Amino acid sequence: MSQSREAAVVGIHEYPLRVAPGVSALQIKANSASKALADAGLSWKDVDAIYDTGTHQNIGGLGISEYLGLKPRLIDTTSVGGSSYEFQANHAATMIAAGKANVALLTYGSTAHSDRRAIGTGGATGLGAPTPFNNMEDPWGMTLISNYGMVKARHMHQYGSTDEQFANISVATRYHAMRNPEAVKAMTDLEFVGIDEITTQDVLDSRLIAWPLHLLECCMVSDGGGAVVIASKEIATNCRKKPVWIIGGGEATKYRENGGDITVSAGAQSGPRAFADAGVSPGDIDVLMAYDSFSITVMCMIEDLGFCKKGEGGDYVSSGVLKFDESGGPALNTDGGGLSSNHPGERGIFLILESVRQLRGESTSQVENAELAVAVGNGGSLGSRHSTSATILASD
Amino acid sequence: MTQETPLRPQPRFPEPDTQPFWDATKDRKLTYQTCDSCGEVIFYPRGHCNACGELETTWHTSSGEGTVYTYSVIMQSRHPAFKDLGPYALAYVDLDEGFRIMTNIVNVDDPITGVSCGMRVRLNWHDQGEGAIALPMFEPA
Repeated sequence: MSQSREAAVVGIHEYPLRVAPGVSALQIKANSASKALADAGLSWKDVDAIYDTGTHQNIGGLGISEYLGLKPRLIDTTSVGGSSYEFQANHAATMIAAGKANVALLTYGSTAHSDRRAIGTGGATGLGAPTPFNNMEDPWGMTLISNYGMVKARHMHQYGSTDEQFANISVATRYHAMRNPEAVKAMTDLEFVGIDEITTQDVLDSRLIAWPLHLLECCMVSDGGGAVVIASKEIATNCRKKPVWIIGGGEATKYRENGGDITVSAGAQSGPRAFADAGVSPGDIDVLMAYDSFSITVMCMIEDLGFCKKGEGGDYVSSGVLKFDESGGPALNTDGGGLSSNHPGERGIFLILESVRQLRGESTSQVENAELAVAVGNGGSLGSRHSTSATILASD
Repeated sequence: MTQETPLRPQPRFPEPDTQPFWDATKDRKLTYQTCDSCGEVIFYPRGHCNACGELETTWHTSSGEGTVYTYSVIMQSRHPAFKDLGPYALAYVDLDEGFRIMTNIVNVDDPITGVSCGMRVRLNWHDQGEGAIALPMFEPA
């Protein structure tokens, strides 16, 4: 399939606060939508398609449309965890290319921190209607972090990867976070200890939360949100800023399977689909925005999207390629990522936001002449059921 | 046969897919299904075959012998039933009959060093009281 330039990101906004008491998720969405449309030079009435996971307010796609005051001709509430916004961006680009909409608005907002949600360590809630998943998983005391810990443990066993190798992922994202004032403020407001660049030894010395995952391999829990405006070619070329084209996308799911290889994520399907769709290869990519819920998530995305061979990610992340001012591979999570900038629960939208900043030349860790970025979201739980979606973006 | 206080989160019913599995644990039976059409092993329990979609399945009882596929050791849980347990091992165990179960590995001194991927394990029922659902845990074989 030849490269499509039929739809582009024309407006973005990242809600600046990671601790936002007294603000609702809905308000974060409306605030971000308003500012993203202003960024694009478009108005409220231009929006004809709404994309939102419908979570956090229990009002779904209908409710968010009414709340914002929009009458869309297209609503998509794909909700597959943290990767939802890559799924949605791909869908929006496809529908715009098909002429079904002209201006799509993607909104996300969450007050996970202010709600004191123990996402990583809370374990089973015992709430809601019983499901087969709950009934087979709740009694064992699994925490979200231990679910990912099981994947890292198997990766280390199967490929000989080491804690020290994994730590390079945290080191690179913190390096970028320290250059991003919003990330520094986030770590300050969330009372991080030692807000500074870190070494691999710092990661190894941080306490184990769920062996083999250390504290500094785990994302924060913050408030936050953002919005993305995607428009048709005709509109995009007349917006306030240069368009950032969505040139390809791929989606896939994976589940815990009898005899399955837990170290291979759904990215092994969705990555190649996205690259084929865009007509580019991993070697062409300048910026890799990979969902860093945990170090192991990034490791799987790097390998499964083909930035190195499966099982060789340990050597890859140790080879000095991840930082924005290093060469030999795409820069990783140049905003500071979920590890060091923000993670309100479903981080996928931020992968698109920073990709766009890079391709506009607006990042605080700007990759020189960045032309191609991949936003790869991973949602659900890597060690059981998860979704991985990749969106490939190109500068004008 | 002492109960933990507070109790671990329990499977909840009505939930028709998993109820037969948990009922069998009251008789200390670890059960799984196979598909009558394609023969695939089905687990977790379902009313259909997730490989081919056929609706007829047969229940079997496992020998309870298997291998640790992977594990994690939880050092920090905020859940009331687990927060004071000390480090405990969560694992996927591959039973010899071909199904993978989420479980705990018990009866090891240090769960980080005392458990390993590929280690042989056997069933160790975690009793929760007379007539109650029992939890299938595993220990070194």
